[in-house]
Amino acid sequence: MSTEWEVVIGLEVHVQLNTQSKIFCACPTAFGAEPNTHTCPVCLGLPGALPVLNEAAVDKAIAFGLAINAQLHRQSIFARKNYFYPDLPKGYQISQYEIPIVGKGHLDILLTDGSEKRVGITRAHLEEDAGKSLHEAFVAQSGIDLNRAGTPLLEIVSEPDLRSASEAVAYLKKLHALVRYLDISDGNMQEGSFRCDANVSLRRPGEPFGTRAEIKNLNSFRFLEKAILFEMDRQREILENGGKIVQETRLFDANKGETRSMRSKEEANDYRYFPDPDLLPLHLAEERIDRVRVSLPELPDVRRIRFMEQYGLPAYDAQVLTAHRELADYYEQVAENLDAKIAANWVMVELLGAMNKAGLEIPDFPVPAGELRLLLQRMADSTISGKIAKEIFEILCSEGGTVDAIIDAKGLRQITDERAILALIDEIIANNPKQTAEYRAGKEKLFGFFVGQVMKASHGKANPDQVNSLLKNRLLSQ
Amino acid sequence: MDLHLQDIHSLAEGLRRREFSALELTDTLLARLANRQQELNAFVTVTADLARQQARDADARLARGDHHPLLGIPLAHKDIFCTRGVRTTCASRMLADFVAPYDATVVQRLRQAGMVMLGKLNMDEFAMGSSNETSHFGPVRNPWDLSRVPGGSSGGSAAALAARLLPAATGTDTGGSIRQPAAFCGVTGLKPTYGRVSRYGMVAFASSLDQAGPMARSAADCALLMDAMAGHDPLDSTSHPKAAGNFSAALGRGIAGLRIGVPEEFFGEGLDPEVATAVQAAIQFFAARGARILSVHLPHSVHAVSTYYVLAPAEASSNLSRFDGVRFGHRSEQRSDLMELYCQSRYEGFGPEVRRRILIGSYVLSAGYYDAYYRKAQQVRALIREDFRRAFAEVDVILGPTTPTPAFALGDKSTDPVSMYLADIYTIAVNLAGIPALSLPCGFTAQGLPIGMQLMGDYFADELLLAVGDAYQRETPWHQQSPKEFGL
Repeated sequence: MSTEWEVVIGLEVHVQLNTQSKIFCACPTAFGAEPNTHTCPVCLGLPGALPVLNEAAVDKAIAFGLAINAQLHRQSIFARKNYFYPDLPKGYQISQYEIPIVGKGHLDILLTDGSEKRVGITRAHLEEDAGKSLHEAFVAQSGIDLNRAGTPLLEIVSEPDLRSASEAVAYLKKLHALVRYLDISDGNMQEGSFRCDANVSLRRPGEPFGTRAEIKNLNSFRFLEKAILFEMDRQREILENGGKIVQETRLFDANKGETRSMRSKEEANDYRYFPDPDLLPLHLAEERIDRVRVSLPELPDVRRIRFMEQYGLPAYDAQVLTAHRELADYYEQVAENLDAKIAANWVMVELLGAMNKAGLEIPDFPVPAGELRLLLQRMADSTISGKIAKEIFEILCSEGGTVDAIIDAKGLRQITDERAILALIDEIIANNPKQTAEYRAGKEKLFGFFVGQVMKASHGKANPDQVNSLLKNRLLSQ
Repeated sequence: MDLHLQDIHSLAEGLRRREFSALELTDTLLARLANRQQELNAFVTVTADLARQQARDADARLARGDHHPLLGIPLAHKDIFCTRGVRTTCASRMLADFVAPYDATVVQRLRQAGMVMLGKLNMDEFAMGSSNETSHFGPVRNPWDLSRVPGGSSGGSAAALAARLLPAATGTDTGGSIRQPAAFCGVTGLKPTYGRVSRYGMVAFASSLDQAGPMARSAADCALLMDAMAGHDPLDSTSHPKAAGNFSAALGRGIAGLRIGVPEEFFGEGLDPEVATAVQAAIQFFAARGARILSVHLPHSVHAVSTYYVLAPAEASSNLSRFDGVRFGHRSEQRSDLMELYCQSRYEGFGPEVRRRILIGSYVLSAGYYDAYYRKAQQVRALIREDFRRAFAEVDVILGPTTPTPAFALGDKSTDPVSMYLADIYTIAVNLAGIPALSLPCGFTAQGLPIGMQLMGDYFADELLLAVGDAYQRETPWHQQSPKEFGL
């Protein structure tokens, strides 16, 4: 990308709220059921059926608004967005238009150079999801599954404050971590619980915003990055060849790694928004906002700073460990009353490495925090060495079990009995008269040879500190 | 026994005294209905077997000593209320074969009270019309004069009541659809305060205006029906938490001291002199019994019709979007692609008046026109509401004609939508304000056509309106008249 172009990005993120039931009826929101089994007259849009707002969805929206320091509108309005689509049962989507529940707020992201950037959030509004069209299983027809119709969504719209693909990814990751912290969404991107549209345009720095394209259907961080990079190249090429960007909606094709036009502005729907007469204006009482505020968990930024202060961790460690609520919870369980830095290293290196390798998240990972904590304790109390600890951790990951049972079953307990170690040392010295003589003559490099021999003879179980000091004494005491 | 001539109160008394059973009553009415249906066309669907079953259930309850005042009383529902297992057509080709898997709250409440459903009543298609001529199942005829319309949209309800086919019916009123046909057919109908009767399961026309209400021979019967119909419904967000009431218990009050407002705007140009005379006589009736007659002004009511014909079609255009041929309702055979499926299904499924209103509604909501039409109409609506608020600071009820003319002839206005819309000139402001209004008979023209008057009240004055109407009906004969061929 030539330096004279600046990319301007704003994201619209659809977050599926993890309520038990749908936003306007009592049907369950669970994913993966038989098509059209989680439906009722309301979410099927049957004649005469009426929506009733799920208050739990409202509380989750309030929690989000508080977490981004947003203005919460004490009165917001549900509106109908009218358009025809086979998986939109009523012919309109109930959304919020002129007055959303969450107004202006912001989110701070950490850039790769370590600096912070404040990203403005324009608004967040409640709305219902549509159903799904299924094209694969039918010949010359499409199936409609309305299980998802009426699932509560929070659409979070950012300001056009992002200036690179990596900033956009950092923002999206931060948002993802935040909704999981708040427990307002499971954030499952594969199931579509967290998906993103990106508005991308180019301009000369300092000039007004250029014409943008909206890229739909970005359901992973990688796709977001690839789509923006592709779009930047596409737009630059058009602009540098004297062309004009057409305002349009583009779809990201994950297989080809490119975006392609869906519809232009001229073809866009006139949604004929108007206030939904079936729903009263949504009023937020101060007591309700206070109740949600009190129930908020510790938020990522606050937790990161606490990790640095309470555990004495470097900024980088605190950042990595607090990026996800589950990871931070895991770490805190491991680190309790142990060396915080050692615990941090284990979690960041061994645990994250193993999770990555297995492609698992914390809730599915086979080693519970309590077991890792016990492992580090056994290391601290010299039951096992660090090397053995890593071996045990691998066994825990691959076979499960408990730390103490593995230590006993495999005879991995560290040898700390002085007499036993001395017996090994004496044997090694007796078997290696030549090296002993050379060492005693001043060839101190050979000390490592002796340590290695003793450790080998103990099958790695002799306490290395004890081996060091006892060996030194024995070799010198002649 | 002329069971068909008796009102709910006397039928309930007869059932209680075991003078006849609910099944006998139901069979009597079903037999009459079978004879009269062809000339009136008041019913879309007659549910004889179901009615007999419900009547037997009611008899069993009566035998156990259950004496709910509506137990065993037959009624029929306007075909806009969803009924589980019985088709709900909205008098439209679109829903000609639609069978809802659930009951509307109104249907459920009246069934729980023990009422026996005889069938589903004809209406204007999707409640859009003032003459019952837009029905896919053909027009309903006015029993007082078969060449005339019964009014609309609840025309089947009013005609069936007037012809003494049944003692009770449900209706819905978006711009006058209970009151105008009640006036044209000489029966009594209440449009309750918005939010007192659940809209759940009532096919929506204009959600902010639609309100279900009772239609019967008298205000006292309407009160009995309201006792069962009204009440908060958690399934309807616009249902009022204090919707319930004891309407029957409010009856029996005197008229002395009642402040009755008479709006000048309702007695101007376009009002038929015979209607004016009858309504003036009613005013004299109240004055003679100690009511204070006061002049009130509703200056913005002249804009009610134009305001309504922006807002109601706007909401309708959206409410009727769900009829797309995809999941239920009419699906065209011509459907080579999705757009054709939509366009053909809707074109074939909806009649011309419904299509006209969808077009108007889509237009007033579209980008660039919203502010000029929809938003402006909402502002006028607020002014109309304010007119009533000011008036009800001075008076207890407002009295005026329900309609400018008595029932007009079939075909008279069906080719001129605007003149048809003006048939609702006195009823529409009430819906825009959300207040209750009762229409009741107050005389006849020289030709023998019924004339109706309208009592309007402040929010939650439904009980007062019924009590005033009941006081009037205790001393007047109008509501007891029935058309000759049908009354016998």
